[in-house]
Amino acid sequence: MEQIYLTIALAPLVGAIFAGFFGSLLGRMATTVITIAGVLISTVLSFYVFNHHVLEGGEVFNQNLYTWMQIGELNVSVGFLIDNLTAIMLVVVSFVSLMVHIYTIGYMHDDAGYTKFFSYISLFTFSMFMLVMSNNFMQLFFGWEAVGLVSYLLIGFWHHKESAVEANLKAFLVNRVGDFGFLLGIALVLMYFGSLDYVEVFASLGNVTGVTMLDGTSVITVICILLFIGAMGKSAQVPLHVWLPGSMEGPTPISALIHAATMVTAGIFMVSRMSPMFELSETALIVVMVVGAITALFMGLLGIVQNDIKKVVAYSTLSQLGYMTVALGVSAYSVAIFHLMTHAFFKALLFLAAGSVIVALHHKQDIREMGGLRKKMPITYWTSLVGTLALIGFPGFAGFYSKDMIIEAVHFSQLPFSDWVYVAVVIGVFITAFYSLRMFFLVFHGESRMDEHTASHVKESSISITLPLVALAIPSALIGYLTIDPMLFNGWLDNAITVAANHTSMASLEANFHGANGMIPHALQTLPFWMMVGGIASAWVLTLYRSQWADWIQKKFHRSNYVLESLYGFDRFNDIVFVGGIKKLGNFLWKVSDSGLIDKILVNGSARFVGFIASMVRPIQTGYVYHYAFFMIVSLLIILTWVLFAGDNPLLEL
Amino acid sequence: MNNMYTFDTSTLWAALPEIFLLSAIVVVLLLDLFLTKPFKQATYYLTQISLFITGVMAFNLIDQPQTIIFSGSFILDNMASVFKVFMIGSTMVAMVYTRHYLIQHALFRGEYFVLVLLSVLGMMVMVSGYSLLTLYLGLEILSLSLYTLIAIARERAGAVEAALKYFVLGAIASGLLLYGMSMIYGISGSINITDIANFAANADLASRETLILNFGLVFLVIGIAFKLGAVPFHMWVPDVYQGAPTSVTLFLSTVPKVAAVAMLVRILVDGLGAMHAYWADLFMVLAVLSIALGSVVALMQTNIKRLLAYSTISHVGFIMLGFVTGVISGYGAAVFYVFVYILMSLAAFGIVILLNKKGFEADQISDFKGLSKHSPWFALMMLVVMLSMAGVPPFIGFYAKFFILQQVISAGFVTLAVVAVVFAVISAYYYLQIIKSMYFEESDKDITIVAPMDMQLVLSINAVLILVVGIFPDFWIKLSLSLF
Repeated sequence: MEQIYLTIALAPLVGAIFAGFFGSLLGRMATTVITIAGVLISTVLSFYVFNHHVLEGGEVFNQNLYTWMQIGELNVSVGFLIDNLTAIMLVVVSFVSLMVHIYTIGYMHDDAGYTKFFSYISLFTFSMFMLVMSNNFMQLFFGWEAVGLVSYLLIGFWHHKESAVEANLKAFLVNRVGDFGFLLGIALVLMYFGSLDYVEVFASLGNVTGVTMLDGTSVITVICILLFIGAMGKSAQVPLHVWLPGSMEGPTPISALIHAATMVTAGIFMVSRMSPMFELSETALIVVMVVGAITALFMGLLGIVQNDIKKVVAYSTLSQLGYMTVALGVSAYSVAIFHLMTHAFFKALLFLAAGSVIVALHHKQDIREMGGLRKKMPITYWTSLVGTLALIGFPGFAGFYSKDMIIEAVHFSQLPFSDWVYVAVVIGVFITAFYSLRMFFLVFHGESRMDEHTASHVKESSISITLPLVALAIPSALIGYLTIDPMLFNGWLDNAITVAANHTSMASLEANFHGANGMIPHALQTLPFWMMVGGIASAWVLTLYRSQWADWIQKKFHRSNYVLESLYGFDRFNDIVFVGGIKKLGNFLWKVSDSGLIDKILVNGSARFVGFIASMVRPIQTGYVYHYAFFMIVSLLIILTWVLFAGDNPLLEL
Repeated sequence: MNNMYTFDTSTLWAALPEIFLLSAIVVVLLLDLFLTKPFKQATYYLTQISLFITGVMAFNLIDQPQTIIFSGSFILDNMASVFKVFMIGSTMVAMVYTRHYLIQHALFRGEYFVLVLLSVLGMMVMVSGYSLLTLYLGLEILSLSLYTLIAIARERAGAVEAALKYFVLGAIASGLLLYGMSMIYGISGSINITDIANFAANADLASRETLILNFGLVFLVIGIAFKLGAVPFHMWVPDVYQGAPTSVTLFLSTVPKVAAVAMLVRILVDGLGAMHAYWADLFMVLAVLSIALGSVVALMQTNIKRLLAYSTISHVGFIMLGFVTGVISGYGAAVFYVFVYILMSLAAFGIVILLNKKGFEADQISDFKGLSKHSPWFALMMLVVMLSMAGVPPFIGFYAKFFILQQVISAGFVTLAVVAVVFAVISAYYYLQIIKSMYFEESDKDITIVAPMDMQLVLSINAVLILVVGIFPDFWIKLSLSLF
């Protein structure tokens, strides 16, 4: 099996290396074939691994493959931990990645950076595999940073666009904040557990449980919160979410792959992986839950006022990540992973469909200038419909099962504030339905608002774009129905996730669960369903039936509209406080400490001092051999004298 | 002790690499006499082949159980075999670089290669020597070959002067070493390392009767310090490095350091390990002086060979620090440092040689000006080497320094580690200076690289290894630790 795991990870890397270094030599065709073959191999093997571990109940594989270094007691290794959680992540990542690879052929067809793009997405796939397969914190961090790096490179892929460069810088900086917390968390783990290996750390949790630091805060709580700050950066939770909307500057395939389906869910994955630790800290769980709820509700609201097709989907991603985080907070880790999986499929689908529209309209992204595309792009239309229904949780579709379970889990949670969180996630359902359908109606239905020239060229996208759409639509529709029972209640994730006995959400969920079929009629009597229907209805009214009402509302509520359109002022706040403040601080430090103290006194001063010493010592090197010989003999005499009188065995005791 | 010299042919296999190399030397020497001018290149290839076969033989002896033959004067153990393989490999690389230099400067003579082979033989004897006399014999074979090698450019005044200086000072150092050996022999009654170790272990070191042992130790340490080029016995290093033809400097500054460290281990660790407390004191002083002087004086140099000489002195200081710790992991760290140093030094001198053209000796720092424009690849390689020497992660030089310092600190010498770090920072200045002139200054003369492909390829691999081993250092660290 070891070879199989290695092949899964390395096949995309090989593709990335070939495409990256020899892309221009090999040409487009060969690059495409090599990278897609690499990911295809990984996908096939991932399904094999999934079958072996999840369906046949294979043994958990945990082994160090290569010792990177051994420093004293600390062993830093590259190793794999393959359990059912990893197996599920492998399938999701490899499948979506494969679809995106295929999609890219069509989407990037006219781009000069074609081979470079393939190299990046293959490299991303490799990094993501390393992240999910890791058996220790160090490799997790490596994967974490590597996916961050590729994300940075891809957001700025069109580097001649000023806005793209700004966006990737923003993503980079904001992620630094998260990673700083993450790294501190890892450092604390090392300090208190003496190991970076998951299994060893989890095994010695008992020894650290009672330990406190910083005037009585439990160490576990501090570690969990720091690790979660890392997750907040990567999974774009408030207030570290600001980079994700900006990341839409990148090409659409990577928005689907990196900024919707896989990388941004790394934080969710990481917290699930750390479930034994998070379970020990009530405080950390409450923080997780509240942050998730804020993200889910308020980021969803922003989706309403967006007019860029990709931005709407981006804010919906933020909101859905919030839902997953809420699930983590109420100890329903398996539900979070379940939603992660369904979301990966339908959100990738929505992004790719948006990309298909963008290509058809020659890179126009404003939904106010679309409309009536249903007839012209039937495949995109129908697959988008599936994706949208899955996203809003329409009964029967994948998102319905996962989102409903999250809401129920919050409902059953005993944590403080969980009632408020319940309210937030239920309102969230209305908002999700509203902005999703608003976008859907504006793009595909109603009158065409395109200009003549664009309208005349609109046609359905090529096969390499529509094929992934169809391939993703199938799981978006079905995967929830098929997997809810085994994944949540029949132990698919039992060997990876620990839930403490006093966190009863999952147990209550199970007690009230009557099979996937039973959920649909049950849902019709619940609040979330009617919230969703309300959302759809209001979207229909405001976009198709009486669109002038929308303008009226906008005028009437211009204050709240202003708040939303300025994105709650996060960007401005960051600009003024952090960017401005740091600039001022930097200026001050530069003038006073850098050029004054360090440059003038320390650097130049010490350089002059060292130079002075050197010029003093150099004349000893006269070049005369008898001087040298003399110097040697004198040194010998000095050493002998020293040994005689000052050494451990003095000849003459003075 | 049995004075009868029993000669058992069945144990000769343990010395097979040496025996083969000696025979090969004779063949190369004779053959070279009969080669006419167009076929002189054959000597070079024959040398490489001989080295390769010797290396394979030494490689096959790795993991043999420890064998001591020739009445206790020759040892075969893992350290000997690994060191031999490493020395031969480094020599082969050095020969690739050398050939380019020799052709450019019309120094291509058969004797050159014979002398190199002879010095390799001497070093192999040093590595495997297990009695004071064998060690001395190996040392002299090496030294005499090196003196001659330096003087091979006999029309250059600088080379002859360097050879003479090295010879005179080397003779003094050999004298001191022999004097020390005689004292050890006088008190312990044996020249065999095993016997000396037994004697030292049982001697009452605090008594006045064994004071002579202490004296002998001082002389031995000085002899070794001279070979390593540690302060205050370093005076020959800059002059010889600068005066010798660059290809000889390349050889001189790399492979013999392995042999010197081997001799150090044989005499001080294997033989006088019981007296560690005594020689560690001396080492500490010599190490700190070397690091300090090497780092500071190098700042004033304009000649790159001289600069690298001082850099060598400071590296030697770090290597000696590893032996101060007195624990196996410290020795392992020191050996790791030696491997790393050789890898870096080969590449550094390799690049200096690379810039040589007919009649043009590129040995000034200013010759590197604007290299990044003319040959971005080799400027990058030089960048890697320089950063590695300065100890910047993730290059291998960082780990070498890191492990030494880690061992020094865990042995309790925190001050020593701080001093070493401070001077390492100072030394970063002159490494960066070279990088600065490569990348930020305009060249004032025409740089063209005329070196053959094989040299460019080997040099690139050499430099890339500095990065690769830096990222995956585990194998080399384990290997170094396993030698003790």
